[in-house]
Amino acid sequence: MIDLEAARYRWHPVASSTDLVPRHVFQAQLLGREMALWRADDGNVNAWENRCLHRGVRLSIGINDGRELVCQYHGWRYANRTAGCTYIPAHPADAPARTICNNTYPAVEKHGLIWSGEKPDGQIPSLDVLDTTSITPLRGVTINVPLENIALPLIDYYSSGQRGASGDSVVHYGADTPDPFLLILHAHGHLHTSANAQAVDTPTPDIAFFFQPLDAARTAVRGVLCGVDEHNIGSAALIALLKQHSFMLCRARDIIESGHRDKPVPTPWTPYIPKVSDRHASMPPLTSAGQQAKLRVRLSAIENLSPSVKTFRFQALNTQIESAAPSVLPVAQPGAHIDIHLPNGLVRQYSLINGPGQTDHYAIAVKRLDDSTGGSHALHDSLKVGDVLATSVPRNNFTLRRDAEHTHLIAGGIGLTPLLSMARALDHSNLPFTLHHFIATETDAINRAELENMSAAVHWHVGQDVQQTQDTLSALLDAPTEHHHVYICGPGAMLGFTRETAATRGWADESIHFEYFKNPDVVDDSSEFNVELARSGLSLQVPAGKSLLSVLREHNVGVQSSCEQGACGTCRVEVLEGEPDHQDVYLSDTEKAQGNCLMSCVSRARSKRLVLDL
Amino acid sequence: MTQCSDPVALALWHPIAAIEDIPADGKQKTQLLGEVLHYRKMDDTRVSVHHGDRKLPVTLAYGYVWTCLGTPERDLFDLPEYAESDRRNVCAATVGVNVSAPRAVENFLDMGHFPFVHTGILGAEPHTEVREYQVNVDTERDEILATECLFYQPQAAAGSSGGVMSDYIYRVPHPYCAVLYKSCPTDESRLDVIALFLQSVDEENIRAHALVSVIDTQSSDLDIRMFQQNIFSQDKPILENQLPKRLPLDPRAETPIRADKSAIAYRRWLRTKGLQYGVLAAAA
Repeated sequence: MIDLEAARYRWHPVASSTDLVPRHVFQAQLLGREMALWRADDGNVNAWENRCLHRGVRLSIGINDGRELVCQYHGWRYANRTAGCTYIPAHPADAPARTICNNTYPAVEKHGLIWSGEKPDGQIPSLDVLDTTSITPLRGVTINVPLENIALPLIDYYSSGQRGASGDSVVHYGADTPDPFLLILHAHGHLHTSANAQAVDTPTPDIAFFFQPLDAARTAVRGVLCGVDEHNIGSAALIALLKQHSFMLCRARDIIESGHRDKPVPTPWTPYIPKVSDRHASMPPLTSAGQQAKLRVRLSAIENLSPSVKTFRFQALNTQIESAAPSVLPVAQPGAHIDIHLPNGLVRQYSLINGPGQTDHYAIAVKRLDDSTGGSHALHDSLKVGDVLATSVPRNNFTLRRDAEHTHLIAGGIGLTPLLSMARALDHSNLPFTLHHFIATETDAINRAELENMSAAVHWHVGQDVQQTQDTLSALLDAPTEHHHVYICGPGAMLGFTRETAATRGWADESIHFEYFKNPDVVDDSSEFNVELARSGLSLQVPAGKSLLSVLREHNVGVQSSCEQGACGTCRVEVLEGEPDHQDVYLSDTEKAQGNCLMSCVSRARSKRLVLDL
Repeated sequence: MTQCSDPVALALWHPIAAIEDIPADGKQKTQLLGEVLHYRKMDDTRVSVHHGDRKLPVTLAYGYVWTCLGTPERDLFDLPEYAESDRRNVCAATVGVNVSAPRAVENFLDMGHFPFVHTGILGAEPHTEVREYQVNVDTERDEILATECLFYQPQAAAGSSGGVMSDYIYRVPHPYCAVLYKSCPTDESRLDVIALFLQSVDEENIRAHALVSVIDTQSSDLDIRMFQQNIFSQDKPILENQLPKRLPLDPRAETPIRADKSAIAYRRWLRTKGLQYGVLAAAA
């Protein structure tokens, strides 16, 4: 028996590189555990538990769309690299909790094979003693025999001078077994047994056989031919070699299996499937407080998009190839933003512009504003590639529904950023949408080439004054259409006009989605009121001049926050009793009228007392 | 084959065959809870069922033969619509599926998969939203009731043409049976009934029997069967790729969402009953 516990800490081959063809999901097995292997269009190889954590359906029957893996059962989408869930179609208006993540395993390509393992902490087996300048993997062969019973009969078979498929040569090998999972056969040249002249030229490469423990009773033998490939021996000779070894391995399999026929069946290995966290077994509670900077990222690239707009690309620290736990960034959905803690002490919110599957970095686009309060200046003027910054995890309070029959994206200036990531997601999934970008000058049309290449209609409205802009918007929102949704991001005045027009024309509040850069209104914090916290049993007084959020924080009541000016929606709290004085620009008029939630950073009370679900 | 030692499953009535499918002559064989049973049609109103030499209790109801391997604790649940004179009652399908019965019940209660598994029939993208609905456990009748279920359907039944928002009511009156009531496409005031009766061949294999009871003067029996069997054929490959095959009752085994309210209630109800057959018990 192999040492199962030790085997969990090793790297094992789980597939040939060539098994992972584009847009395919390959079902692999290791130590009794099923894995779904898939290669994204960016080349990244994913090795995941073969089980959607929603209802346990195999992900190997899912759809690889090049950037995300889609479960067949309910259409849940999981991102390349992180396996984070990016969309749950049954609840199109909700952003999935960013931590809903499938179980993943490390995956590395080497020696023409895909390597993975449960918790590998060593190195992938080296083939340094062999010629690895060119390598050709053989077809993997499954043998219904436990791993420890393979090597010896396989050595016997290969070293006893078996005939090849073409029956024309015999090769002698010397065997070396550095560990139970690897057999190296050194070729000592071939002997002619026929007069076939072609046989003289058949090369005799050394072979490494890796043994992949599928489960307690079965092993995959993955051979690689060392020192040969199509380029140095030509495709005809290579095909002859592959045929010969395929024939020999099938023969060897039959011999090994028949020699093992009467042995008892070993006890199966039952893989442990990790439980989902308590938080995902039910609705997630509000935890941890404030503007949290949980991530450390490194600025990896800065690019000019226009004279005044730059993109900044951030990568996770400590990303290592072959590390058992490569550090990955939490997955973000279209419309999500992060807080960036700037070197000058400011905390600013920026929308991520990443498209689906672009999970190895966060990208933001920032316009240098003359009236900047310090955020855009700090980014544009003082940051350089290599700097390490603290950021929050992505939050999404501007969620893209994907159950619309048509989606209208309306951007004012740099307000394009959240809509750019939405456009990328819609375009990738072939969902119908239209994008309108209002800009002052032609040079403000960032990512124009990319947008023009999308299947959707994209319109640039250049240099319109206030009246012209309002006329264009009025025409766009002429009549409400069922199952159409509008997303708008831009300056406060433009949003205000759009929302008003849409309401007048009869668009339902829930079809109009908006995100403000900042709260254009001055917050009136002159009122005094009492709050009762239903779950914590606290009774607090909020005096004039102080926000509800800061009072909660003084009493160690955790509420997450981000912009802290009533624009982003992060610090939302449920109201059980009392009438809120909203003052935010996040909630729609309908939501405000319902009065069952408020933004704790700016909202206050019209009634003497509020009861909050905290 | 492990013998069933679950007292809850042993005391239940289980379906084993459509009455109309039993040949007039000869002994038939089937399997229930891992045991081989033999049954025979005595005449049009009587069927006998044997486990070895032991004669088992029999109930003929809703077009199917029901039996019990232990001592039945109660009568089979009520399905009063079956007796309404203007209904078409069709034994529409019996399909073998390599999955546990509770997994199949959950799939029957689930609306979220319609656009992805029953594409173009019971659902279609982009209309994927599962709206809030109500779930209650009726303690008196000991059954689960899910009401106010609303879902967009391109072709809700054999007799419908064109998309509608369908109203659903789900009932789970038995650990291995579920009944669906949905708006009838031909008569607004009535509800069509589709009932799923699961025969646990063993813990991880079932025969799924369907009763369709509808107000529909247009469709032939064949149309109704083809519709139902098409739906089952779409569910089968999904169900057979669920891991584990038994329904995990540990709340932390899988991630539910609001759309799964009825499934959450069903798992809790099974836990309360102490049912063991076809489920993975929650850790104590």
